[in-house]
Amino acid sequence: MLTVATGNKAVALAVKQAKPVVVAIYPITPQTEIVEQIAQYVSQGDLSARYIDVESEHSAMAACIGASMTGVRTFTATSSQGLLYMHEMTNWAAGARLPIVMANVNRAIGPGWNIWAEHTDAMQERDTGWLQVYVSTVQEAYDTTLMAFRIAEHNDVLLPVMVNLDGFLLSHVMQPLDTVEPADFIPPLHLPHTVDPKNPMGYGTLTGPDEYFKFRWDIERSMRDSLRVIEAAHKEFFQRFGRTYGFTEDYRCEDADVVVVSMGTLGKEVEVAVDNLRNEGIRAGSMRLRWFRPFPKLDLMNRDVVVIDRDYSFGFGGVLAHSIQAKNRTGVFSVIAGLGGQEVTYDDIAGFVKNRHIGREYWFGVSDNV
Amino acid sequence: MPKEEFVLKGTSACPGCSASLALRYVLKAAGPDTVLIVPACCTSVVQGMYPNTAVNVPVVNVGFATAGASASGMSNALRALGKKTNVVVYAGDGGTLDIGIQALSGALERGTDFLYVCYDNEAYGNTGMQRSGGTPLGAKTTTTPLGKPEVKKDIERIVAAHEPPFMATACAAYPQDLFRKVKKALSIRGPSFIHVLAPCPPGWRYPTEKSVEIGKLAVKSGVWVLYEREYGQLAISSPSRTALKNPIPLEEYLAPQGRFAGIDPKTLDILKQRIAKNLQRLAREESGVC
Amino acid sequence: MFEIRIHSRGGQGGVTAARLIALAAIRDGRYATAFPFYGAERRGAPVVSFVRIDDAPVKVYSQIQQPDLVFVMDMGVMDVVDVLHGLKEGGTVVTNSAHKHEFAGFRTFNIDLTGIALKEDLVVAGNPILDTAVIGALAKLGIITIESAKKAIAEMFTDERDIKTADDAFREMTV
Repeated sequence: MLTVATGNKAVALAVKQAKPVVVAIYPITPQTEIVEQIAQYVSQGDLSARYIDVESEHSAMAACIGASMTGVRTFTATSSQGLLYMHEMTNWAAGARLPIVMANVNRAIGPGWNIWAEHTDAMQERDTGWLQVYVSTVQEAYDTTLMAFRIAEHNDVLLPVMVNLDGFLLSHVMQPLDTVEPADFIPPLHLPHTVDPKNPMGYGTLTGPDEYFKFRWDIERSMRDSLRVIEAAHKEFFQRFGRTYGFTEDYRCEDADVVVVSMGTLGKEVEVAVDNLRNEGIRAGSMRLRWFRPFPKLDLMNRDVVVIDRDYSFGFGGVLAHSIQAKNRTGVFSVIAGLGGQEVTYDDIAGFVKNRHIGREYWFGVSDNV
Repeated sequence: MPKEEFVLKGTSACPGCSASLALRYVLKAAGPDTVLIVPACCTSVVQGMYPNTAVNVPVVNVGFATAGASASGMSNALRALGKKTNVVVYAGDGGTLDIGIQALSGALERGTDFLYVCYDNEAYGNTGMQRSGGTPLGAKTTTTPLGKPEVKKDIERIVAAHEPPFMATACAAYPQDLFRKVKKALSIRGPSFIHVLAPCPPGWRYPTEKSVEIGKLAVKSGVWVLYEREYGQLAISSPSRTALKNPIPLEEYLAPQGRFAGIDPKTLDILKQRIAKNLQRLAREESGVC
Repeated sequence: MFEIRIHSRGGQGGVTAARLIALAAIRDGRYATAFPFYGAERRGAPVVSFVRIDDAPVKVYSQIQQPDLVFVMDMGVMDVVDVLHGLKEGGTVVTNSAHKHEFAGFRTFNIDLTGIALKEDLVVAGNPILDTAVIGALAKLGIITIESAKKAIAEMFTDERDIKTADDAFREMTV
């Protein structure tokens, strides 16, 4: 059914349709609309979940962990400071192999207080064992949230999934939304290590140097297996609902001399820049990365690569730029833009492409950078 | 008391560990349909090392600060599934009075259906006895080598302020009393809290065979009062009721413990005054004066 | 692509107006996005909302720099904000006013939204709610159809007066 929704409402709607048994959330701007919408679904009886009004994000993730261990579907949402506050427990969720789904509304980190879009919050979670996907439209936020449950709960994955959407730029923008009836697209959850008093076991017990690394390897093995599971989910989603998704969204890349790689809403703005550049005779393309963990193989051979990072790792560089350099053994022009909601237009992006300098880093809007 | 054991042979507890003894009674009272939630504390180690466990109910180890929140999630999920399984937290004083107090407060305030047992050995035992909010005035720990200059945090009054349907104090030296209180707590829907004094031979610096004796001295001197509060109604439990008719001097409790060695008279006096004040407050509450 | 910038004060319904316009455009079979600029505003502070309408999916997320139309829902905002900033040459200005205001180089229209809302007693927390009247006025300018405007209102609200104010605005707007 064609309707309209904000990014936050689209996520909440998908969660309602996925029917989690326990939802534990703490409010934070710009995610709060998700909290409120789900609370409303529960209070109206549209979603028969246990809604836990936790007293912090740390407790939100802990409550999801406790619930998930009983083998039920769980969901939470957060942003920025909240994500950082739950960081200890995001590690725990992945280590305990719990398929929790979380929406993270990407927002900058203080100080100074800044409630606008940035990806550094989620980047600080990249080594936790969570799958991470970044979306660019309201439709994609909805579709991907549905897929997230299926992927997380797949027996070959059993790892948590974080769906990232840009604060305000997507969380609060209203766009068309075509809803679906997920039916058995998300099969029932069968957690093999469900806590059961009839079969008492220790969970997360003291694990020594001769054993611990095996569990770590098991996470990595599932992370690698998840590539196949994600691909299958994309395929199944297309067959059932007719919309196509991949690890990346490629736009006019086939014959491109220069490809701009980015994540989130910026990726859509890049497509407009690509059209304009092509009108000027510059063969540009856009590759918007959807899945950041697991990090897919990108086809970037034999062309110039411009990477826009809406994040930064101090003393190192843009996280996406460096990931691509490391994985693809290719030089890139690294642009740092959009931090804390900094306005980046398609004209600005066209400028990055025209003035690219492979091997260098450029901070948009800062005059004294190299 | 049931013969069935849920704390099996092969724990990694120190000799004379009263926290493990208390766990034995807690689980005998709770029975097999129980999930034990354990944040970082001595019990994280005591339960045994992967791939073995010495506890015969599911034990879910959780983040240090999260016992209350983890239990909230688990209790809600189990109830949503229509299961009556007991959700029991077994946490130390550090995980309860200090780092876990926020999650505990949240779980109590939300009316979570669970039992929170805090076994209080009055310091961070698992890391080798550092001062906690539960360490009493004058007690030496590795981070208060001259004795703690502040008084013990009154977690019971903090918990009481949340008005849980049931809360109590206990001690492994009085197994019947502890057993009965756990039974009662689990028979009542909603949150319940039991504060268990857990004398610790290496931490308190007394011989390993004296744990039960030290626990009894704590009750007999009035430094630890056994009581229960059900729907706001306070009742002093019989061991304390008997003991308080003719309490022994505090010095008899302190003397066997190396952690109080060389305590100065002024500190001793403050401790005594605080015991008297606490007893007065409890007596007033029990008689309905406040 | 047709780009609209709405100036209002927090509590007047500027953000909702933008969302209603987008929904109506989608009901017309077109593509649209609506978004507010979120600062640290509180009730009563000037608020800016944006709408983009196109025949293809809208991919632009940056703020509208050169709107085709500016809607001023609160005349007082003009004292603190340059509402004409970036407005395209020959662009349109609609003001919420009983009197006509001329802005050189632009097509100007006025409509007494507040009067219309008060007539229907559409007041929440002391503020006349103007959002549905805004889209009635814009329908008259042909940006969306009045049929889709009413459909959009019916989807978002249950109060019949909301549709009535849109109708009133549509009728009273002189083009």
